[in-house]
Amino acid sequence: MNSHVAIVGVGLTPLRPVSPDLSYREMIFEAATKAYADAGIGPPEVDVFVTVAEDLHEGTSIADEYTPDQLGAVRRPVHTVAGDGLQGLAAAVMLVRAGAAELAVVEAHSKASNITTHEQVLALALDPAYERPRRINPHAIAALEMRRYLYDAGASPEVTAAVVVKNRRRALDNPYAAYGAALRTEEVLADAYLADPLRTLEVSPYADGAVVLVLAATDGARRPRAVGIRGIGWATDEPALSGRSWAQATYARLACDMAYAQAGVLAPADEIDLFELDDTYAYKELQHLEAALHLEIGEGARLAAAGRTGRSGKYPVNPSGGSLGMGYGYDASALVRTAMAVQQLRGEAGALQVSRARTALVVSWRGVPTTSGGAVVLGAA
Amino acid sequence: MRRALETGKELSYYAASAALESADLRRRDVQAVVMATAPDAFDGVHMKGDYLADGAGGWRKPYLRAYVGGGSGVFSIIQGWSLVASGFFDVVLVVAEEKMSPVRPHPQAAFISIFDHTIERPLGPNLLWIFALEQHRYMHTYGIANEEIALASVKNKRNALAHPAAQIAGEVTVEQVLASEVVAWPVHRLMVSPTSDGAAAIVLAAEDVAKRISSRPVWVEGVGWSLDTSYWGNRDLAYPRYVEDAARMAYGMAGITEPRRQIDVAEPYDPFAYKELHHLEGLLLAERGQAPRDLARGRFDRDGELPSCPSGGLLGVGNPIAAAGLMKICELFWQLRGEAGARQIARTPRRGVAQAWGDLMQVGTVVVLGVVG
Repeated sequence: MNSHVAIVGVGLTPLRPVSPDLSYREMIFEAATKAYADAGIGPPEVDVFVTVAEDLHEGTSIADEYTPDQLGAVRRPVHTVAGDGLQGLAAAVMLVRAGAAELAVVEAHSKASNITTHEQVLALALDPAYERPRRINPHAIAALEMRRYLYDAGASPEVTAAVVVKNRRRALDNPYAAYGAALRTEEVLADAYLADPLRTLEVSPYADGAVVLVLAATDGARRPRAVGIRGIGWATDEPALSGRSWAQATYARLACDMAYAQAGVLAPADEIDLFELDDTYAYKELQHLEAALHLEIGEGARLAAAGRTGRSGKYPVNPSGGSLGMGYGYDASALVRTAMAVQQLRGEAGALQVSRARTALVVSWRGVPTTSGGAVVLGAA
Repeated sequence: MRRALETGKELSYYAASAALESADLRRRDVQAVVMATAPDAFDGVHMKGDYLADGAGGWRKPYLRAYVGGGSGVFSIIQGWSLVASGFFDVVLVVAEEKMSPVRPHPQAAFISIFDHTIERPLGPNLLWIFALEQHRYMHTYGIANEEIALASVKNKRNALAHPAAQIAGEVTVEQVLASEVVAWPVHRLMVSPTSDGAAAIVLAAEDVAKRISSRPVWVEGVGWSLDTSYWGNRDLAYPRYVEDAARMAYGMAGITEPRRQIDVAEPYDPFAYKELHHLEGLLLAERGQAPRDLARGRFDRDGELPSCPSGGLLGVGNPIAAAGLMKICELFWQLRGEAGARQIARTPRRGVAQAWGDLMQVGTVVVLGVVG
């Protein structure tokens, strides 16, 4: 068994709102080429490949069919995890730990610009018998959850608007980001509601892009610029809208605890230097922070309001700009967050750099209407 | 079955519950759940893994969906194996579910969406069409007659008479198979597995835990998988090299150097009659082009030297895509423990191989299972 696994190569294409000049296969090829160069390897040296894709995001059934060629993985062990980017990462980690691989590759991508009716696709994820007949816009589910969160947190909409401002401003310094902007809180609060109390500006905008990670078993060997995967977790909570806990991200709490147990993290608030947390909707950043630090509902909002989640704060959250600033690519977003965290831990984040970053936490979510997400603790083993 | 009244959640629940009960375990004993289920387009639910999660026992647990098209049923146990072999989990529940019947007028129509949107979909292909291409290439390359291939339908539909979940078991003759409607030449209707709804589940456990739970566990001795190019038009379809790739990986792990001698029972994927033969060759259990002759002389019969599809396979039991592959794993489980009842092969086998296939005729997933003593 290989007990230590590290990320030794990263390839990320700059996220873009549209990419009419590139097919998704060409984007993946670009990301893979970068990742292999970064790791100093070629695809024949890779033992297993894991890809992440959902058919209805691709517009193709059995999207697994179209995975191997552009990765250099033809006639190799390749499989698709139809799930979150961190679930794909976990699948690769487990294959390395099991001894089935010394080198593994994980890929995810988004060609969201190909989808003309996002809300209608998302609505197909609702239970056909009990939920779909209500014909609600799936974003309204997030709006319901946001309303419950603000109520239980005793927080005002200013705090989620401030998340938008923070993340989009950070993105101005991120060469991989599509949506950098200098916004003011008043602008966000004056924006039209997508579904009250969720403002349109609080929904991360879609982006195209591809990300490839190279993993290696690192028992004994020291690889340059390797970032250890100290712990990884994932969980699925209640699929039904009617049965779930609305104000807190239970799946994130479970995933973080699993990752912390593996990593030996006992006091996350003291041991984690930076957080890349899913912010598909602005309020989710606060929910995920509370899950990660075992906080009461609302404490995350108060930390954010006090400026503690900025780049130089005690709990830097989404120094990359998150999905709000970089762009949202469905299940690929989790691996974009991971790539950004790896960059930080390598000290290569440039203007985004969080000082003395040694340990990072990434938290992901599959988006409405799911209660599925993952967590990974990165750092020196 | 052809069309279940149950939802996919309920199908998952029935299979998962039965598996747990067979191991005398409760849901709380399960530490993680793996789900294998193929195209979301059939159930008509996006992110279908999440929809099925609670039915499959995944509520508030680490729950993961692996998806390699038709290969998913056998890949599910490979995914489950990696969860246990990684050291992260000691008890893992693996569930495979498929509900194809919601598609109207016929589930076959949904398969148009698997093809390349630019170079293939405008041709209006379907699975019957492309598998007919492959069958014809196989027949042409090795000089195989349709009568020889039809014997696979005869064998498997007869074997399935003894399977409790069989959808299309029966006694048919080669003449009846070749008299059945041509769906896409040279494929006749009785050479094709049906669309089905169904679910299957197994419980995996780490070695020390398994020995406490069962006096006769069935061990995962080898796993292998391989994905060929998506440009299937550039490949020679006469031989499934991706199945050989996967088989060599699994045999290597299991320490098998002479598969024909060391494998006692086989469950190759048989969605079409010719595929059982094609896959037996890819599994290195027959010479290239010779599987039909071995079949004709009874080698693969239930009382033959190397029983193949003693369950009745997809041709006899049915083809709920992902669940069909796991059904074959279940069959090996019962065969290796001597619990296959009327389907039991006489010399209780010690080692078996299961194999599934899918995507655009490009993925092979292979698992070697064995018992001690």
